[in-house]
Amino acid sequence: MKLKKAWLTAMAVATVWGAAGSAAQAAEQYIGLPSYRVGSYAAGGTGVFGGWIDYMKLINERDGGVNGVKLVWQECETEYNNARGVECYERLKQHGEQQNVLFAPVSTGITFAVFERVAQDKIPLLSIGIGRSDTADGRVFPWVFPMIATYWSQASAIVGYLGQREGGMDKLKGKKIAVLYLDFAPGKEPFPVLDRLAQKWGFTTEKIAVAMPGNEQQAQWLQIRQMRPDYVILLTYGVSNPTALKTAARTGFPADRIVGWWWAGAEEDVVPAGEAAKGFVAGAFDPAGTDFPVIQDIQKYVYAKGQGDMQDPKRVGSVYYNRGVGHGIIYVEALRLAQEKFGKGKPVTGEQMRWALENLKLDEKRLEAIGAKGLMPTLALSCADHEGSGRVRFQQWDGEKWVPVSDWIEPDRELVRSLVEESAAAYAKEKGITPRDCSKEQ
Amino acid sequence: MQFFLEVFIGGLLAGMLYALVALGFVLIFKASGVLNFAQGAMVFFAALTFVGFSDRLARWFGASPDASPVFWAALALTAAAMVLLAWVVERFMLRKLVNQPAITLFMATIGLSYLIEGVAQGTWGAAVHGLDLGIADEPVMWLLERYNLMISKFDLSAAVVAGVLVAVLALFFQYTKVGRALRAVADDHQAALSVGIPLQRIWVIVWAVAGFVAIVAGLVWGARNGVQFALTYTALKALPVLILGGLTSVPGAIVGGLIIGASEKLAEVYLGPYVGGGIDSWFPYVLALVFLLIRPEGLFGEKHIDRV
Amino acid sequence: MIYREAGQFKASYEEDQQIFPIKQDRIVMAALVVAAFFVAPFVASEYWLQAVLTPVLVFALAALGLNILTGYAGQLSLGTGAFMAVGAYATYNFLLRLDGLPFLAGLVLGGLSAAAVGVVFGLPSLRIKGFYLAMATLAAQFFIVWALTKFPWFSNYSSSGIISAQRIEILGFAFDTPARKYLLTLAIVSLLALAAKNLARTNTGRSWMAVRDMDVAAEVIGIPLMKTKLLAFAVSSFYCGIAGGLYAYTYLGTVEPDGFGLDLSFKILFMIIIGGMGSVLGAFLGAAFILLLPVGLNVLMHTSVGVLVPATLASNLELIVFGVLIVFFLIVEPHGLTRLWQIGKEKLRLWPFPH
Repeated sequence: MKLKKAWLTAMAVATVWGAAGSAAQAAEQYIGLPSYRVGSYAAGGTGVFGGWIDYMKLINERDGGVNGVKLVWQECETEYNNARGVECYERLKQHGEQQNVLFAPVSTGITFAVFERVAQDKIPLLSIGIGRSDTADGRVFPWVFPMIATYWSQASAIVGYLGQREGGMDKLKGKKIAVLYLDFAPGKEPFPVLDRLAQKWGFTTEKIAVAMPGNEQQAQWLQIRQMRPDYVILLTYGVSNPTALKTAARTGFPADRIVGWWWAGAEEDVVPAGEAAKGFVAGAFDPAGTDFPVIQDIQKYVYAKGQGDMQDPKRVGSVYYNRGVGHGIIYVEALRLAQEKFGKGKPVTGEQMRWALENLKLDEKRLEAIGAKGLMPTLALSCADHEGSGRVRFQQWDGEKWVPVSDWIEPDRELVRSLVEESAAAYAKEKGITPRDCSKEQ
Repeated sequence: MQFFLEVFIGGLLAGMLYALVALGFVLIFKASGVLNFAQGAMVFFAALTFVGFSDRLARWFGASPDASPVFWAALALTAAAMVLLAWVVERFMLRKLVNQPAITLFMATIGLSYLIEGVAQGTWGAAVHGLDLGIADEPVMWLLERYNLMISKFDLSAAVVAGVLVAVLALFFQYTKVGRALRAVADDHQAALSVGIPLQRIWVIVWAVAGFVAIVAGLVWGARNGVQFALTYTALKALPVLILGGLTSVPGAIVGGLIIGASEKLAEVYLGPYVGGGIDSWFPYVLALVFLLIRPEGLFGEKHIDRV
Repeated sequence: MIYREAGQFKASYEEDQQIFPIKQDRIVMAALVVAAFFVAPFVASEYWLQAVLTPVLVFALAALGLNILTGYAGQLSLGTGAFMAVGAYATYNFLLRLDGLPFLAGLVLGGLSAAAVGVVFGLPSLRIKGFYLAMATLAAQFFIVWALTKFPWFSNYSSSGIISAQRIEILGFAFDTPARKYLLTLAIVSLLALAAKNLARTNTGRSWMAVRDMDVAAEVIGIPLMKTKLLAFAVSSFYCGIAGGLYAYTYLGTVEPDGFGLDLSFKILFMIIIGGMGSVLGAFLGAAFILLLPVGLNVLMHTSVGVLVPATLASNLELIVFGVLIVFFLIVEPHGLTRLWQIGKEKLRLWPFPH
């Protein structure tokens, strides 16, 4: 009976919760954060959302908000689970008077699940480094922003990096590349690009699947050993990363010939592998490090006062954390732009936010002013291009930290873009969507 | 042939690691008839607690986390934590669920697994840790040189550990007083009670022993793939082993582990490419299913006789 | 006082055998149905319709399906998520590939496909029992999710195996708002719940229960085991398949195979255990409880407790409290919420003179 009572209380809280939010004042900007802090992906979730929240705290502490508008947020635990994510999306949608202005679940599954809802509710969906690659076509997907780089751009950048290492793309001819992928939705997303590039440059790929969760890969790596490839591209996530590196070492495959995507490129992915990870190279759109002025400021204004979000402050400056700071920067910069256009010192709406994201430009100068030069590539979005960059940088694990080994690498824009448009057009046709005419947008 | 042998032997060794996790299930099922789904969470909890303690101890005493006093102290503390967990489980869960249907107990252990996961990550944080047991993860050199066979030194050591553990457990069951009491309880709860075996103390002991097995499994798997939440998934690798070997048989766990490990790897290599690979998520289960159709109680499970 | 059956005489067999033999029950039930159909869609906010009521209904249907198999026929299954996946993907493919197929026909075909798959994976139940059978159904769970990920045909060659539901249109009427989707779900679920309630009272239902209580004894008294068990698998999977279709079409809109994983199967098993095995009402109560408890806890943690402790700890506390509550509940009332409901009714009958 006690239980029933507790349940009733919880439900009562749920009902009044919406009302409680209405205490928010006008000079506050609300955003709903669908975070995940428990379960198998907790390391990623606490890092990304911790970095994002810390950046918003920094803006509030140091600048007094964005043009005087304080940033407020509400978290909702998704557990990286699609159904819970949808519930969170609906719950975070309204907060007192304000609507949510940006939804970033940092999970491919949830991104897909809310994909069609956001257009109806007019809430921009931010999917940095996750989600569907063809959503980069802003004409068909006005509300989705797969910013910085999509899986397809990344796949192309990985091949570009390998070309650089070989001393020219034409040197890739005749090379054999094994692609080890985790058998889940994003793991297969890069295939179309890899296939076309293989055709274009004359290398061969051999795709090998690892079943979820990927904590045992002996069979796969013995196969790779038989195959004797020149490189291995690693498209794995979570526990399958250290397992892959460990098993590679066990079967005698050198770590510096393995190139991972950005979901294999966090400290959490290599530290458990110990020595075996030394020399491993992974992509990143958010290099690690605490030397960036913005991270220093977070230390000074947030952590020095004991208000940081990270349970373990040593993780500040890690890859996941900096990825979160990157999310925060994009959010705050878009807010700034929206306020400039629609009224300074006032909170913005989802529609205004969408406009701002679409017109967001972050050049070297602006990034330097924020203190994030090198933390993320320069960005320039447009009505048609919701990706804005597509550049990826590669870093190598030296056993202690990530060391950049390449500059920002451009993807094969022509090839990726044509694929994006082709796939987006097919989607538009299936769903009966008429793409926007970008020349008419201002 | 050399490739086949590599895959086969590698599979056998991996199978021993699965068996290590399966052992914990068997112990608890044998003594209390509970299919303890929380065993995976216990493996995770044990490994994380161990790493957490060695970190803290090393910091307090200014020693290296790999120093042997730190290792043994952390191990002792973790063992104490597992005993505490066993006591809590018996006192607040098992005791209150006596005589409930097996399915209720099973669901209760799933609830327990949420609890353990929350406590583990809440106490020690969500960060991922490395764990070095001082066994190099490299091929056995003389095998590589003489026969060009790639056999992992680490897996070989882990398999030996698993073998020793089974032997110790078998001796423990066979020759100690507690072991005999355990077997009596496993045979018949009521008969055991009526000859004066303290059922509740026995349960604490069994859960604690399963906890120790979880420590060993957690250390081995943690050193292999890192100490992180995914350690709970080792349970999914252990389940088919368990069905195949029989829920109540300690040697069954080992034999089941060997069969599952080897055939899973061979299937992935020789069958996988024809169907797109990644089949080791379901292959062990289907294999176990086929075995079950022939022997419905697993290879070494107790035969069940129905009386109307 | 209020809840009293004195004076209600059963004059015919029909009256004696109706689903709700007591008049007050009929009134309450009718009021509930009216409220669900005619009040909720207008009163409830979009959040409640989309994120609370619709999923509760969908999961109640899945729990109903599992309840038929586990609660009535006594066959433990951990593959519910996979059967839902079959329903969702089959519905998608039928609607996609058969031009002009009505939505409801697609849904039913999806359910039938799930039933067929269920029968195949139910075959081992003829030889295997108890936990061994539960583990065997795990084979179905992992195999089906793998197959849906692996063969791109199922997802119409989408690069990541994800399907996005088509628009729902029945006789030219589009079900595109949360309220309409909720109504459609409600209609289908109520219909199937009624069918399940009746099915349990037929010869088939009684043979299921006989098999559950002791299959050898059931066989001795002449119940064909194979037919009975496989029928239970088929009907149960049909319900799960329909639930899967609704999950994809009226609830989420976009689904991926991994979303139908083992966690989902466990969740539904929890629903029937907490709700009460072998009870239609239990499926609904259990679904509501298991779905809303984490949400309630989450809200609680992030409003009151969350202010006091760091967010990460709050999320972990949420998980801990959820686990503890489940165990606590199993201890306090192992027969589920339905039992509480019955106790409440008994008490009410005697009230206010309990002696």
